Amino acid sequence: MKMNVTLERAAETNLCVTKLRTDMVSLFYGKFQALRNVSLDITPCSITSIIGPSGCGKSSLLRLFNRMNDLIPNAVVKGKVELDGTDIYDRAVDVVDLRKKVGMVFQKPNPFPMSIYDNIAFGPRQHGKTNRAELDKIVENVLHRAALWEEVKDKLGQSALALSGGQQQRLCIARVLAVEPEVILMDEPCSALDPVATLKIEDLMRSLAQNYTIIIVTHNMQQAARVSDMAAFMMMTEDRAGELVEYGTTSQIFTNPKDKRTEDYITGRFG
Amino acid sequence: MEIRTEFHKRLRSIQDEILVLGSMSSKAIFNSIEALKYRNLELAKQIIDADVQINQKRFEIEEKSIQLIATQQPMASDLRMIVAVLNIITELERIGDYALGIARIVIMIGDEPPLKPLIDIPRMADKTAEMLRRSLDAFINQDVRSAREISAEDDFIDNLYDQVYRELLVFMMEDPRTITRATRLMWVAHNLERAADRVTNICERVVFVITGKMEEIGASKY
Repeated sequence: MKMNVTLERAAETNLCVTKLRTDMVSLFYGKFQALRNVSLDITPCSITSIIGPSGCGKSSLLRLFNRMNDLIPNAVVKGKVELDGTDIYDRAVDVVDLRKKVGMVFQKPNPFPMSIYDNIAFGPRQHGKTNRAELDKIVENVLHRAALWEEVKDKLGQSALALSGGQQQRLCIARVLAVEPEVILMDEPCSALDPVATLKIEDLMRSLAQNYTIIIVTHNMQQAARVSDMAAFMMMTEDRAGELVEYGTTSQIFTNPKDKRTEDYITGRFG
Repeated sequence: MEIRTEFHKRLRSIQDEILVLGSMSSKAIFNSIEALKYRNLELAKQIIDADVQINQKRFEIEEKSIQLIATQQPMASDLRMIVAVLNIITELERIGDYALGIARIVIMIGDEPPLKPLIDIPRMADKTAEMLRRSLDAFINQDVRSAREISAEDDFIDNLYDQVYRELLVFMMEDPRTITRATRLMWVAHNLERAADRVTNICERVVFVITGKMEEIGASKY
């Protein structure tokens, strides 16, 4: 666990004001280049949104942060992706451990076909926690943090599939929180939800941002404007590789973008 | 490919309406000095009546802008444009109020004998109306350079105001019986000076739309 030691030391000494960093990262799927020279510094305990037209590489970039692209054959990463100053593509890095630190919430809520309780306890059990009292505590704690406790406290034994879409998504967030991550990646977490459930998730994200670093990919620009501290705008080049066009505070990007392409995209002059 | 055609059409139509409001305010300033020059009380009354329409127009544009914000969530330069519109219509409405103030003074003066031939006050009015027209051109054409130039020309108005002030002061010192009439002319000049200041505010908003920066340009000495 070489990586752990390094990460913990970095966190303890508080050396890193950057939680995640990509340095000239390019991503290839076989011959096809999906990302080109993306450099991005993400500060801890903040929400960063990644916006851009379809196919510009937003999700590919997001998936770099917990090596989800490893699952795709022929995927090759060039450049550096660092978590707390450590290259996460280093051979010494344990991917399971990385994904514990960098959790992910997907577009469609995907609870396991088991009880609400077991959904949450699943991760901690995988990481060796079996003590019932301890698990009870974790389940209650994370359901509180995911703003779901009041709604499910009397039916923890019921199937998670019986919950509404919005509740299922908050359960999935709670499930991620249960393994004590530091970073939460969200890939269009509200696209399958109604507006009220969406606002609840956004509210939850704001409260989670006090303790976690959140990166969200969203097609909904208003959502990016409402929820994020920093915004990254990406676009495809002519050969269809995704590039980072502009990265800045959300208020700057949405009121006074520097790059004309960002301006044209967010004002709907192309899309 | 333009994908928000309907939204941008509505935004452009709001900009067109600003020009209408601008020409109403500019006409009010011009007429108020015409009424003063020719003691045309009928024209002065028309200005007072027309001010209702200026106010009405301002509220119409404000309402349309609020609707656009609420329904279209404008971003970036579109957002700055709507914020600027909301500010500019307030300035234009106030310029209309200065013309209204002058019209009321004209009615107060009634048929009192003139104190002196009017020279500098009409020059102030002409220059103010000209600056106003050009500031709206700069707004429509997104011309930051022109906006800055117009702002700088406010010094010309301030100098004329100084001149009118000194001249009227001399009248009052030489013959205290002129104090009432001179004070009224001073109010007229003051209203024009304020109107020109409002034009510089419009110019600041033009700069904001284009650059995204809020800055005070050409601060008036009054």
